[in-house]
Amino acid sequence: MDTDRAERFVTGDINRFAMLLFLLSETAFFAFLIIAYVYFHNAVTSGPDAANSLDPWKSGIYTVFLLTSSFTVWRAEKCYSRGRRGAFLKWLLVTILLGAVFLFGQGREYLHLYRGNVTVNRNVFGTAFFTLTGFHGLHVLLGLIALAVLFGLALADSRCSQSSAVRTIATYWHFVDWVWVVIFSVVYLWSLF
Amino acid sequence: MSDTPYIPGAADLSIAPDIEARSGLLSWVASVDHKRIGIMYLLSSLFFFGVGGIEALLMRIQLARPNNNFLSPAAFNQIFTMHGTTMIFLVAMPVLTGMANYLVPLMIGAKDMAFPRLNALSLWLLVFGGLLLYFSFFAGGAPAVGWFSYAPLSEIPYSPTTGVDYYALSLVVLGIASIVAAINLIVTIAKFRAPGLTIRRLPLFVWMVLVTQVMILLALPALNASLAMLLIDRLMHGNFFVPVAGGSALLWQHFFWAFGHPEVYIVVLPAFGMISEVIPVFSGKVIYGYEFVAASTVAIAVLSYLVWAHHMFAVGLGHPVDLMFAMGSMLIAVPTGVKIFNWIATMWGGSIRFTASMLFAVGFLLMFTIGGLSGVSFAAFPIDWQVTDTYYLVAHIHYVLFGGTIFAVFAGLYYWFPKISGRMLSETLGKWHFWLMLIGFNMTFFDQHFLGLMGMTRRTFTYPDLPGWAALNMISSIGAGVMGLAVAVFLWNIAASLLRGEIAGDNPWNAWTLEWATSSPPPPDNFKRLPPIRSRRPLWDLAHPENPDWTHGH
Repeated sequence: MDTDRAERFVTGDINRFAMLLFLLSETAFFAFLIIAYVYFHNAVTSGPDAANSLDPWKSGIYTVFLLTSSFTVWRAEKCYSRGRRGAFLKWLLVTILLGAVFLFGQGREYLHLYRGNVTVNRNVFGTAFFTLTGFHGLHVLLGLIALAVLFGLALADSRCSQSSAVRTIATYWHFVDWVWVVIFSVVYLWSLF
Repeated sequence: MSDTPYIPGAADLSIAPDIEARSGLLSWVASVDHKRIGIMYLLSSLFFFGVGGIEALLMRIQLARPNNNFLSPAAFNQIFTMHGTTMIFLVAMPVLTGMANYLVPLMIGAKDMAFPRLNALSLWLLVFGGLLLYFSFFAGGAPAVGWFSYAPLSEIPYSPTTGVDYYALSLVVLGIASIVAAINLIVTIAKFRAPGLTIRRLPLFVWMVLVTQVMILLALPALNASLAMLLIDRLMHGNFFVPVAGGSALLWQHFFWAFGHPEVYIVVLPAFGMISEVIPVFSGKVIYGYEFVAASTVAIAVLSYLVWAHHMFAVGLGHPVDLMFAMGSMLIAVPTGVKIFNWIATMWGGSIRFTASMLFAVGFLLMFTIGGLSGVSFAAFPIDWQVTDTYYLVAHIHYVLFGGTIFAVFAGLYYWFPKISGRMLSETLGKWHFWLMLIGFNMTFFDQHFLGLMGMTRRTFTYPDLPGWAALNMISSIGAGVMGLAVAVFLWNIAASLLRGEIAGDNPWNAWTLEWATSSPPPPDNFKRLPPIRSRRPLWDLAHPENPDWTHGH
């Protein structure tokens, strides 16, 4: 029996594979929330809607922060795989900060909408908007927690010991970003037309 | 080169490394061994099968006679909702996941699942999700809106108690458990197969589990999203499914059935897989058309996502839409029919051993075909308009899920119980179990076709004394009692076998797949050594060196 061949069956990063499967499932989840938002897009006849309540330019700026974090987490991953621990920590920290700025922007937007009496129960736009962006924000928050844990572990580990956790969490973070590209297009850009 | 082949498997992640070797309650609760987790899955679903069965018997007592008042209408609504939700989410899904959990690593020659601790997580999410659902009884009443919980009935104005909240929360927990288990099983099957076990040599049960898990990944999120939206409506006064506030009750139906139709195949494909293992072994022949069985599974999976609106013909979606969904639904009968022919052709000319397991497999073939035929009749929407939400539908769903899935699970349990416990079940009691079940099942559900055609609506808590209704309902209720008796025989059989059953040995059925290459029950690491795998039937090759399968190219 050829043991070399046997071992090839367990090579490959099973953590990242599992994450990709999870993200496939998450894609379906967000697809249904996006469909619900689109379904109600023309249903709102009075009260707040995307065109009269949202500020695509301001959200666009915060979007740039989130998209930039996809670049920085990719840099972090590269530095990690080359064993450059200092640069890895630096890029990871920048990623966390960029993600936090995005969440801060979302918080400010929510506060602004709330003060203008645009809420979950005001009308169906409010319900669909807060559900879709809220679930995305929750995913950003979970990603930030994961990145922060990674940062803490990396601080404690002076050897930069090639864990698959970095690639796995970076994959999740890219997903959170590209889902936002879709949401931003459907919710904010569509409101311009 | 070494004599002991490398056995792929996960690193030992036990909380306490020696826990798997011990016995006692803690060793089970803390276990991350796929075999113990699989057994706990099976025990949980057996427990809920008992609960859901008692609920069914209560309904049949109420419906045994016209104008009966054994149960109040409110209690009846809660009980049929809990019966449906329990049987689908706490019995059919976990019993199949449990079988997959126990068998997949053994069938592919692995030590354990890819993520043993994640495996324990999905088990305990299932257990506590089930308890969460049942806690609703103590928190002001169980949900009373049916298992598919149509809006706006499920919204606060019509369901003000917390029943629907518990329904939604518990199904989210169960949905997460299913997705976690699906990820684990897919990674296991993709990455932990023994050397030589190529994808074209996989046992068909593993094939169907794999397809099913991909379906779970893509279908359960539809349910989770719908439930999140329902909870936002109920707890934060959202407007998704509230028509007066601009929401849409129809959206719930679309979203729910986008999950609900794939769900039908999620709870039936692994059953097909078990049948595809049992029938060849007890017919003494290889499966007829392995590739067709596998490929038709994929065809069913793809089609199942395209036909959800056949649950909604009565809504009035318009003629072109109805036509499209009718054709799509009828199309599913083709790959399903392919499978039926494969199984019959496998038996054809074989030397059939009618063990209890094989009897249940043949029972499955007959009962599932009846359910499939009434299913095709539903796809013709003029018939659907006539009999939708009548007892004809109740009969159909039970022929598919009970005559199909549950019969197949019994076939699988009689087949694999010796592996799991190390002891044989009594064939005599098994045959009593089978015949009582077959007779009771058909008494209960066959006449419901006629009741439905006569206009008896489902979910009605009682009915007037119309000609024939009392007699048919009484037969149905007596049949339910006979089925209860059959389950009692089954439990007695298990208990008797565990106490003083005949010792099984490694391979009591002369079967061919890898799970029979180890001891019964298998040791914590599953295998001491694996036989070489050069075909789909490694144990046949081992026993018949003069005529191995790989000389025939399969």
